[in-house]
Amino acid sequence: MNANIKLSCRSVWKLYGNETDSFLQQNPDPSDDDIRDAGIIGAVRNASLDIAEGEIFVIMGLSGSGKSTLVRCLSRLIEPTGGEVLFDGADLLRASDAEMIEIRRHKLGMVFQHFALLPHLSVLQNVMFPLTVQAVPKPQAEAKAREVVELVGLKGREDYYPRELSGGQQQRVGIARSLVTEPDLWFLDEPFSALDPLIRREMQDEFLSLQARLHKTIVFITHDFDEAVRLADRIAIMKDGKIIQVATPEELVVNPASDYVEEFTRHIPRDKVLTAGGLMTRGATAEGTPVPTNARISDVAERIIMADGPVPVADRSGEIVGTIDRKAIAHVLFGAGGGA
Amino acid sequence: MTRRLSPALVITLSLVVITIILGTYGRDLSKALDARWLVKFPSAWIIPFKTYISAAMKWLVEEAAIGPLSFTDVTRSIAWLIEQPYRFVLSLLGDGFTTGQGNAETVILPPISWVVVTAAVVALGHYCRDWMLAALVGACFLYLAIFGQWDSAMVTLASVLIAVPIGAGGGLLMGIWAYRHPRGERFLMPVLDLMQTIPIFAYLVPILFMFGFGPVSALVATIIYATPPMVRVTILALKSVDPELVDFGRMAGTTPRQLMWRVLVPSASHSLMVGVNQVIMLTLNMVIIASMIGAGGLGFDVLAALRRLDIGAGFEAGIAIVVLAIAVDRLSQAFAERMGQIHHAPEHQSWIARHKRTAIVLALLAITWAFGRFAPAIMAYPEAQTITTGAFWDDTVKYLNVNFFDTFEAIKVFFLTYFLLPIKRTLLGIPWPWTIAMLMLLGWRAGGWRLAVLCGGLSGLIAITGLWSKAMVTVYLCGASVIIATLIGVPLGVLAALNKRAGVVINVLIDTLQTLPSFVYLIPVVMLFRVGDFTAMIAIVLYALAPAVRYAAHGVRNVSHDLIEAGIVSGCTPRQLLRLVRLPLALPEILLGINQTIMLALSMLVITALVGTRDLGQEVYIALTKADTGRGIVAGLAIAFIAIIADRLVNAGASGARKRFGLES
Repeated sequence: MNANIKLSCRSVWKLYGNETDSFLQQNPDPSDDDIRDAGIIGAVRNASLDIAEGEIFVIMGLSGSGKSTLVRCLSRLIEPTGGEVLFDGADLLRASDAEMIEIRRHKLGMVFQHFALLPHLSVLQNVMFPLTVQAVPKPQAEAKAREVVELVGLKGREDYYPRELSGGQQQRVGIARSLVTEPDLWFLDEPFSALDPLIRREMQDEFLSLQARLHKTIVFITHDFDEAVRLADRIAIMKDGKIIQVATPEELVVNPASDYVEEFTRHIPRDKVLTAGGLMTRGATAEGTPVPTNARISDVAERIIMADGPVPVADRSGEIVGTIDRKAIAHVLFGAGGGA
Repeated sequence: MTRRLSPALVITLSLVVITIILGTYGRDLSKALDARWLVKFPSAWIIPFKTYISAAMKWLVEEAAIGPLSFTDVTRSIAWLIEQPYRFVLSLLGDGFTTGQGNAETVILPPISWVVVTAAVVALGHYCRDWMLAALVGACFLYLAIFGQWDSAMVTLASVLIAVPIGAGGGLLMGIWAYRHPRGERFLMPVLDLMQTIPIFAYLVPILFMFGFGPVSALVATIIYATPPMVRVTILALKSVDPELVDFGRMAGTTPRQLMWRVLVPSASHSLMVGVNQVIMLTLNMVIIASMIGAGGLGFDVLAALRRLDIGAGFEAGIAIVVLAIAVDRLSQAFAERMGQIHHAPEHQSWIARHKRTAIVLALLAITWAFGRFAPAIMAYPEAQTITTGAFWDDTVKYLNVNFFDTFEAIKVFFLTYFLLPIKRTLLGIPWPWTIAMLMLLGWRAGGWRLAVLCGGLSGLIAITGLWSKAMVTVYLCGASVIIATLIGVPLGVLAALNKRAGVVINVLIDTLQTLPSFVYLIPVVMLFRVGDFTAMIAIVLYALAPAVRYAAHGVRNVSHDLIEAGIVSGCTPRQLLRLVRLPLALPEILLGINQTIMLALSMLVITALVGTRDLGQEVYIALTKADTGRGIVAGLAIAFIAIIADRLVNAGASGARKRFGLES
């Protein structure tokens, strides 16, 4: 994956308290006890991440775990106490204020939990805002804004004001606004947490279909493990400011790094996370129409159970790489720690 | 059950008793001990701060200069800058534009006719809300015309129209500056605190010294008085903008300036308008006081009438100020509300169709200017048609005084003999070292040694300036008024909170009391009780009542619903519920209300100097008439010190109470 890393951070620290800078200089890798003894609060501790171009990278953690602080360090809304943040290989933390404004204007976009829409501007004006501050000529900005408003399904509501819209619609405006500058890197800070469960699901689906078209590099923050599993290519789990595990949803379920992570995965329907490739007996062969390696168990379970014998599994090129049988499926569906 | 007296209570009680005994017999005691310095601060120890300050002011005005630019040049250019727009607005509303002087004076353009001004405010009222508001403000302005107050009212309105934008705009800029520089805020906050506690009169004197007597001085004083709340509101409003919006603004790549003007200020506009409304109200509050240093208009009319004891004329002009204040206040509030609402502008219409109201007013303006020559009534409301109620008020007062003189006198004498004079005598009798010691003790108990040092230091300073006995008269007058205001206000507030119907009535009453400029209280009271301490007390009580009621009502209303239900479930009677649950929990809030009452009482005190009190207020007033800068500032600061001591002590007490109830950690 190191071929095209879009964003990475190396041992990022964010400490709150008195004289945190000198504390971290004297003590480059403080333990939890050091931090507590110094009367300092460690909001983000030694976080290192690599986010590949075009992937949906979810940072998941409960409230107070430091996920919001971390994403604000990555976008430099908060100045980290220590570490480096590399965006396209250049350290963001060394960028001057003017350079930072340029980067934000053209390369970063962000969606906020409570939408952060400007109350005095209409939908169209809100979406145009990032272009307006760049002094893009008005006709051009307006055309671009209308385009993204249509993309998020709000055509016809351009002249509404934020408070005339429902929560879901407001967040669509927020999404449109963050996309209007065609950013390379898209931050979403708990974008769906303030929405009703039904709307949330609908928005998640639309988010996935949007991403299928746009192929942005995405950093997505959530406190909802179900949401993380549904959307993520990879998930980073945070607790007490530390990153505990970074893995694909399937790896998390199969190999949780700690009891804490396992606690989250316990209630996840495994058949929706695990793939045929992960469960197959490698090297074996069988007759019949193969299932692809990346097929979710929930989608193929019925076929495998109905089959008389093992079903072959084929990789992307169509070559048979293993088989999967009823027993494996039954284990996932009904076995230890299976489905909720 | 017998109640055991705790040692702390015993000590407190005995200290109180000793203080009262000292107060009663202090004079005799000091005579017996041959130590008169105990009661009367020895003049040899007084440091003549006022002479120093006067000398410094003199130097500043006469000699201070940076290179060729003297201090006077600076004040002159400020005065010039303020004067230009003021002259313009005044010509527009009141005097008309003229060239030449004396007999050669010719009118280029007459002032805007009363018809057009009234039409304009009606249109504005309709634009801001509805026909109801339009009718109200229209009636207010018609009142001004019919009752012959138009010309004065326009002079006052002109100064409001100049002072408000400068005060609001300046306050906004200062607030933004403080928001951007936290260090600036730490510097600005105590300055604002002090400015709000120093009575306005105290800085009238230096302003008079620097800018001379005239409308510009009055405007400067008004602006200085009206700006601090705007600064505070701005800082608060900017800070309470949703942090996500700030994050968004930065992520959109705004420059700091864009972030401020395109994200923060528009998002906070609703709260900012509250600040503007405050500026407007304070400006109108200053109208009479500013007329002491040269503002004309309604304020001058009231002041002149008060000096002549011409009750009718004073009352009429006073009511005109209230009417103007109501109109401007309601308009600005409605305007603020309108800004918070959504309006979809109809598209594809001509300018006139979209701006019907403006078009009508402009057409009226053109018509009146064109035909004004032929029909003077269009331009100025005919004098013959004005109504005056002055005689009515005079007669009413005469009637009341003739028929109820004994009753009023009895009430007055009763209060003086059994309430005011004993307090006064006691306070003046307590030896000053004992008072300072007691204040320090109180400070130490309420807020630790820092507060003790503050109380001791400030009260010591008052003693050193030689104003001790005047300060004690101030404390007595203010204390007596606050006691009465609390005794009336807190029960009213509790009633307002518990009984909805009473609440509505009380709210209207309090709203009205707060809209009235402070001077207006003096007029009817002087009419009935003539000059003296009792009159001053009633005026102060009326003026300072509002916060006691408001905070008590708010405190009682905001007691957590769970606790009340817990009380009901435990079988409390409504009376027990009030005594055992609501009142104790509302105590911190009630204390804050009393604190506000003290502050208002102190600021009213100076105004009551006009009716012949002998306290620090009188000292400031004398300084003003003699343009004695040092004297005015020192006396003003002494009042501010009293205010600060009271404020810190009550606040410490309130926060102590909140901590005891676990409402604050």
